Amino acid sequence: MHYSEAGLTELEYQALVKELGREPNDTEMLIMGVMWSEHCSYKSTKKILSGFPTKGRYVLMGPGENAGIVDIGDGLGLAFKVESHNHPSAVAPYQGAATGVGGIIRDILALGARPIASMDGLFFGKPGSSKTRNLSTGIVKGIGGYGNAVGVPTVGGKTFYHESYNDNPLVNAFCIGLVNVDGIVSSKTAEPGQIAVLVGSKTGRDGIAGAAFASVELAEDTKASRPNIQIGDPFVEKLLIEACLELKEKGLIVSMQDMGAAGITSSSSEIAAKSGVGMIMHFDMVPLREEGMTPWEIALSESQERMLLVILPEKLEEVSAIVRKWDLDCAVIGEVVHGSEYIIMDGENTVAHLDASTIGEGCPDPGWKMKEPSDLHDRWDFELEDLPLSTDLGKDLIELLATPSLGDKSWIFEQYDHMVQINTSIGPGNQDVSVLRIKGTSKMAALSMEADPCKCYLDPYRGGAETVARSIRSLAVCGARPLGMTNCLNFPSPEVPEQYWVLDQVVRGMAECCRKLDCPVVSGNVSLYNETSSGRILPTPVVGIVGLIETEDHLLPSGKWEEGDHLFYVGAPNPVLSGSEYQRLRTGTVKGRPLDFNSSAEMDFLERALKTASAGLARSGRVIKGGGLCVALAKECIANGSGIRMKVNIPTRKDVFLFGEGGPRAIYAVPSNRVVLFRKMWEGFPFMMLAKVEGDSLHIEDTLDIPVEYLEKAWRNN
Amino acid sequence: MKTSVIIFPGSNCDRDVIHAVQEITGEPVAPVWHKEDTLCPDTDLVILPGGFSYGDYLRCGAMASTSPIMKAVRDHASSGRLLLGICNGFQVLTESRLLPGSLLSNKTLTFICKRCYIKVERTDTPFTSLYNEGQVVQFPIAHHEGLYFLPPGELRELEDNGQVVFRYCSPDGEVSPDFNPNGALNNIAGVKNRKGNILGLMPHPERASESVLGGTDGALMWRSIIKWLEKEGA
Repeated sequence: MHYSEAGLTELEYQALVKELGREPNDTEMLIMGVMWSEHCSYKSTKKILSGFPTKGRYVLMGPGENAGIVDIGDGLGLAFKVESHNHPSAVAPYQGAATGVGGIIRDILALGARPIASMDGLFFGKPGSSKTRNLSTGIVKGIGGYGNAVGVPTVGGKTFYHESYNDNPLVNAFCIGLVNVDGIVSSKTAEPGQIAVLVGSKTGRDGIAGAAFASVELAEDTKASRPNIQIGDPFVEKLLIEACLELKEKGLIVSMQDMGAAGITSSSSEIAAKSGVGMIMHFDMVPLREEGMTPWEIALSESQERMLLVILPEKLEEVSAIVRKWDLDCAVIGEVVHGSEYIIMDGENTVAHLDASTIGEGCPDPGWKMKEPSDLHDRWDFELEDLPLSTDLGKDLIELLATPSLGDKSWIFEQYDHMVQINTSIGPGNQDVSVLRIKGTSKMAALSMEADPCKCYLDPYRGGAETVARSIRSLAVCGARPLGMTNCLNFPSPEVPEQYWVLDQVVRGMAECCRKLDCPVVSGNVSLYNETSSGRILPTPVVGIVGLIETEDHLLPSGKWEEGDHLFYVGAPNPVLSGSEYQRLRTGTVKGRPLDFNSSAEMDFLERALKTASAGLARSGRVIKGGGLCVALAKECIANGSGIRMKVNIPTRKDVFLFGEGGPRAIYAVPSNRVVLFRKMWEGFPFMMLAKVEGDSLHIEDTLDIPVEYLEKAWRNN
Repeated sequence: MKTSVIIFPGSNCDRDVIHAVQEITGEPVAPVWHKEDTLCPDTDLVILPGGFSYGDYLRCGAMASTSPIMKAVRDHASSGRLLLGICNGFQVLTESRLLPGSLLSNKTLTFICKRCYIKVERTDTPFTSLYNEGQVVQFPIAHHEGLYFLPPGELRELEDNGQVVFRYCSPDGEVSPDFNPNGALNNIAGVKNRKGNILGLMPHPERASESVLGGTDGALMWRSIIKWLEKEGA
């Protein structure tokens, strides 16, 4: 077999020969082709990702494990991660999305955490096209079909439409779990003499080398890629969750790893490499779904709902009794040994003999070149005069509310069980964060998922920072201190120097914001090669940030204002239309330069917003993001079912103030007996009183007056 | 009050209902694995929880209805003690023929999860005595197969016997197709057996039992049961 048939480059092949001191055999070559694929090895991004801050006072477990964990006190931790399932979802929307949900749940489970909620970042193509309709319908059904049955609520997410996702939709699945800090399971703790046990489904020929498939551009005829797709069974996953958690409760698990990309090989070699031990795997002992599977097929099968557990040999009987109770298979398939050798046996025959650390870490950096796109400065070429002031801002607002990116998403989230496990205090809908109570404590976890691809396209650095900042602002306004972040970097091929440069710049911007706002990265995932012959996606970093609300009293929701409340605007009054939803609506494209990241303003905003919430200075709060102030006002009117009368001297051109985006900004509804305290809290930060809560229309003097029911109708019928 | 909550493989609201009943009543609630053949001693109330028993493969609730524990559940009910099925538990009860009718795919052919308004039609049951007759409560639904169906003759009989306990309605209590989320006949959300000791409903009272979750209308169901048990004795 030629190395290229296994997906290895010449550089990689040479490195492998050097490591082994001999020619690899075919099985070894096929294994390494998958293990050194982009999806498994992070070879193109390892260096770039090292720029993220990963340490902080709340971090219990950072990148490198199955997921990250942050400390919320009371002996509890929150484990979370987001992962892409883009290519599978493009080919088989239902199964692709469903197995994305299943995979991320197992990542959380692998830490010994009970998965308590999911979110999804969905990026679809041109709204209304039949392709988008088919893909989005299937993807949403798949997420619901899996998540609902497995009993993990889908409590929120982000949905965004843009024609760059026409043939390459994105599905980023986020999961969060709750774990006792003293019961965290690690993949670094295996020791010689212990045994490796496979728990869950039988191994079949599904999804073989799916990771490699995810590491190249999508083929024109996606149907030909169907064999790369995994098939999910949420019923088995539910049993697997309960079985693993019961084993963990009884202290029977030494180390655990889920079988996702590259299946048995990846999970077992990772445990070996991270624990600094060797592993001998016996493939003749793997329970198979079909006959005649070759060792490399077993090695790389991505059959779902399987976990690899390392246990003490004397506990085997106890372990298999519990696994059998849950009607699952339990088979000893390997042993942990001294050294660092990773050996695969098929009966008496050695079919592969590699080094565990070579598999995981040895892939050479492909050394892609970086180059600033030559048209970058042209993208910034936008003067306000290029866009004449609209004659009917009210009509613009109605149209904006009806865009699918900003409109009501109930057609999506009503197909998801967002309440099971009875922790959901704020679920999906007309709020910017999702909030879960933590049973047995007074605490609440707030979750935010954000992306801003248009701004990342216009200015990768600023867009990257804005993406993170947006998410942190949403948490701050609701009263949640950000504890840590996970991210999924969805980009086109890194082999194009301009695209690789964009990726690097986006991460730099994100990292700067994380550092300044003390929000370390605890986990993440990279999905490259999101392009087809018809085009490439916008640079799409998706962030998921988890925040903590100390007590229920400190939670400041949206949609709770009352007649007579004073409505305040906080933040600088000069956002920009560059890259805004409003600009997209009016011109069909985006141009100009987004606002720069202003760390001191962001930090100041964060602290004041947190204090505003915890001191109970406002009745309702809403961050200003996509669609700008006017959309935030409209959504707040819709959520409340009542209106405002706004009369202010607008300091900029009207559309800039009303629809511009960027920077830390929010609106607060303050009861009259709190106005003095509220003003004091925000003294020294730009703010102004906008309006009084009254009437049943959104009234902005000399500008627009729209009954709330019309706003709602536009928003709902997007 | 002693409660047994049956756990089938694929149940996923078992922990929720255990939490809600314990939280509201302070009384003991025991999980019972479906492979057992006896309930906890002195069980007053058996709850079949929501979820996807056996993955909802074959038909919702069909395989669970043949689980070993179901014999003990039948015996418990036939002795007149209380049996409550919520969502998938309701489906298990119809598949077991412990309640009439069956639950078909929602008219939308999609899973639906949202808060619904429900009218309490009968307050003379052990499960609803603390509600007011005609009271409109808010319970969430979360199901794909919640369209309550039975043939016209049986439907008439069900109505004539006053076995309909809950109906989907408007916030003001209007029962009409506009406020029927899943296409259930006559907006039926929950029914009892003639004797009144078995209740099945698609909505989830355990999801509306604590204010932090946005509503407490469901708590009255657990309090009603306690009150009834105290009065009637077990």
